[in-house]
This record gives sequence, C-alpha cells and structure tokens, in this order.
Amino acid sequence: MLLAVEALTSHYGRIQALKGIDLTIDRGELVALVGANGAGKTTLLRTISGVQPASGGKIMFDDHNITANPPDSRVRMGISQVPEGRQVFGPMSVEDNLRLGAFSRGGAGTAEMLEKCFAMFPVLEERRKQPAGTLSGGQQQMLAMSRALMAQPVLLLLDEPSMGLAPILVDEIFAAIAELKAAGTTIFLVEQNAFAALSIADRGYVLETGKIVLADKGEALLVNEKVKEAYLGI
Amino acid sequence: MLAEFLQFLFSGITVGAIYALVALGFSIIYNASHVINFAQGEFVMIGGMATVFMMAGGLPLPAAMLVAVAIAVCAGLALERFAVGQSRGASVVTLIIITIGASIFLRGLASVVWDRNFHTLPSFSGDEPIRLAGATLTPQSLWVLGVTLVVAVLLFWFFTRTLMGKAMLATAHNRLAAQLVGINTRFVLMLSFGLAAALGAIGGILITPIAPTYFEGGVMLGLKGFSAAIVGGLGHGLGAIVGGLIVGIAEAMGAGYISSAYKDAFAFVLILLVLFFMPSGLFGVRGTERV
Repeated sequence: MLLAVEALTSHYGRIQALKGIDLTIDRGELVALVGANGAGKTTLLRTISGVQPASGGKIMFDDHNITANPPDSRVRMGISQVPEGRQVFGPMSVEDNLRLGAFSRGGAGTAEMLEKCFAMFPVLEERRKQPAGTLSGGQQQMLAMSRALMAQPVLLLLDEPSMGLAPILVDEIFAAIAELKAAGTTIFLVEQNAFAALSIADRGYVLETGKIVLADKGEALLVNEKVKEAYLGI
Repeated sequence: MLAEFLQFLFSGITVGAIYALVALGFSIIYNASHVINFAQGEFVMIGGMATVFMMAGGLPLPAAMLVAVAIAVCAGLALERFAVGQSRGASVVTLIIITIGASIFLRGLASVVWDRNFHTLPSFSGDEPIRLAGATLTPQSLWVLGVTLVVAVLLFWFFTRTLMGKAMLATAHNRLAAQLVGINTRFVLMLSFGLAAALGAIGGILITPIAPTYFEGGVMLGLKGFSAAIVGGLGHGLGAIVGGLIVGIAEAMGAGYISSAYKDAFAFVLILLVLFFMPSGLFGVRGTERV
C-alpha cells in the first residue's frame, strides 16, 4: 500500500472540511475521487500535500507517518501535486517553471525530464522562453502537470485537471494521464468530470460534505444508480 | 555652472547608491512576505556602528566590516525567527507594526550596547579628491558606486541564474505552488531577511566615512530607501536601483539649487508624485495575468 489515509480530519477555523476520511491507494493504481463543489476534494489533496494542516487522523505514505511533515519533505518523499487552477509561476518562463519542478531533487535529472515533458507536450518546447502567464488555459494545465512530473513523483495528485478546458484539450489531458499510468506512476485524480475520471480509474471514491460515501471499482461506480443520478446526470 | 551641476550630480549618485541598496532590501523582503520591513534602516545603522566599534576593539577595517555584516545578518534572521515568523497568519499591517517595534528596539539596543554619539570611519583608500571638469569626486564615492554595482550584478546573477534565486522569486509569485514543488518557503523567508540585512549593512559601512552615523542614523536612510523602492516599483530589483538614484539625485539637486533646509523633503515629495501619477512605480507590474 503506497498511501493510507486514516480517519483524517481538517478544519478551516471552526468549520470542519474533512470529517474522518479513510482511503488507500496501491502502487501503480489510478484512483479517482469525485464529488460536488465544496465536498472537500481540494482540501483532502492539500492535506495530503501538507499545505493544509490535518486536525486529526493520520496519513501513511510508503509506511512512514507523514501527518506532521512539512510540504517540502513530502515532495522529496515523492508526492507531487498539480493544484487546482494550475498555479503556474506567471511572470517566469515556461522553462524556469519546469526547472523549479525539479527543485526538490536539487535540479538533478532536469535535462532528461525536460526532454520527456517536451515529448509529451511539444507545445511547451515551442513556448519554453515565454512567460507562463501568457499561455492559454490548456497549455498552462500541461505546464502544471509537467512541472509536477519534473520531481519524478511516486504519487501524483491531480486536482481538477480538466477544469475550464475545451473538450478537445480535456481529451488530450486525459490521454496524458492514461500514458502516465501506463508508465507506472501512481495517480490520485480529483475531478468534477466524474464520467471521464471514473472511465480511466481502477477504483473510485465518492466524497460528500467531507465524508467518503461510496468506494468501488471505477466501472462499478459508473453504473451505480446513486452516482449516475448525482454526478453523471443520467 | 557645469562644475556646480556635476558636483551635485556626484553627491546625488553616491547617496543614491546607498538608497538603492536599502531599497533592494525592502524589495527582497516585500517579495518574500509582502511585509514592508521598517527595521531596514536599522540594518544600515548596525552596519556602520558595528564596524566603528569593532575597529575600536582592535580589528582591522576589512575584518571589522565582515563582522559588522555578520551582526546585521544575525539581527535580520532574529527579526524573522522571533518576531515576523512567530506571527504567521497575522495580517500584513500587524507584521509591519511588528517591524516598526523591532526598529525601535534595535535603536534602543544600539544606544545601550554602543553609545549615543556620532561616529565616523576612515575612508577606505585615502581622501585625495579626484578633479573632474571643475568638480571633485572623493575616492570613497567610487567605493560606494563600485561596491553597489558589484552587489547589483551578484544579485542579478543569483535571481536569474541559480535555482535557489529562482525559488525565491517563485515563492514571491505564488507561495502555494512554491510549496507544492518542494520549496521550503520558511527558509526562503529567513534567507530574504538575512540578505536584506546584509545589503543594508553594506550600505551603512560604505556611507559612514562620508556621513557620520549614530544610533538613530538608520531612520532617515531607511525612509529614503523606502521612497526609492516606491519610486522604482516595490518588489522590482532594477526599479530599486533606478529609484535609489532618482531619489539621491533629486535630493542633491534640490538641496543645491533650491534650499538645503528642505533636503529631506524631496524624497517624500517624490513618493507623493509617484503615488499620484503612477501608483505602481516606474517599473511596477500592473497585474495583467491570464488565469
């Protein structure tokens, strides 16, 4: 088991955003987390990355208790996140964004990882000298994913990678996610686009107001009546 | 006529270079934390005063300067570690008031540990003035300009060519994303306070042979450096340097041609003009970014 989250809670001031989350992710799995706006999906990812403090429970990664570790130590252990809204370093060049992705490795392996990222998203190579803030939304998403990959993560956390993108770009992003999974990266995918996420996921969790309410295989959730009604709009 | 103008220009550029160093300190800390560090002038004072007292204690000038910079850096790190860093989550205004408190504390400490008198330092390489088209330039002015130039080039190299420098800029642009790529943003904050303190202290050491220092000597230099940072665009490196020179030259010209009684006012008039007509400063970014 690569990641095990047990009874995890988190608060924003007095408001409890996570009300005891239990979930596990095995090595090489692609696990999807679906849920409505405000269910706590982003909070869960932030708590796993350590940028939002846990108020209770624990997070085990690779058999180490990382609940109290600062975010930079978690990145060094192999947890990379592509945050919601992409969060690229806008005024800096595409290439600098990518180089900073390898910061946790002290810049080691930058050259070969740059090549891999450019092979996956050729547009980034064309724009490598351009400020990241001038890229289109889809290109910024590709940059954010590539930046996370520069750290050569063991576990990749993806927060709403399809948000605000044109359908053709959504396809391209999901193709890239499938490619990463095929290459052996463990992926935890958070999506509002439940159909696309569950279609490529091995397993899925459904989150509602800070609690996991359903857990099953990806294809099983796709045909689950409750999921269909609430998240797939069928 | 020309000789007089050149004379004012030389003295303006010299003092402007010091303002530029102070302004760089303001900008570096502002970038890392969005705090205006009003104890920046005290780093300048510590640089000058510590060098004076280290020399009085028997150290040769170069060693005294190194120790003085080290003392200022320790003060900067302590300010982050024990005051600003302890108040995480506090509003920026609260943090700014903390730095004002720290500046009063540092002044008090300096007056107790050292004394309340004016002190000066010998010029680094003699006092034989250099004549240039009827105006004179002291060798110490050349030291001020040379060292400021070297420091500016080093900073430019650090922020554009090294991964750590880029990590500091990245933290300024987007703290969350910086944390998610594994940058220790707490360390970046410490580093910026240390760096700003070192810059201030270097400025203080360079200017003391020209303008004697005392325990409150950092107040005005800090405020002028702050004006320079605002004029150039807070958080912008080149802006800080240009802003420093503009404030220095305006002050020297104003004191020479208008009245030296208003010498200190010119910097603040400049702030007002900039805030009225280009609120983000000469080089400031106007926040046009696609999201």
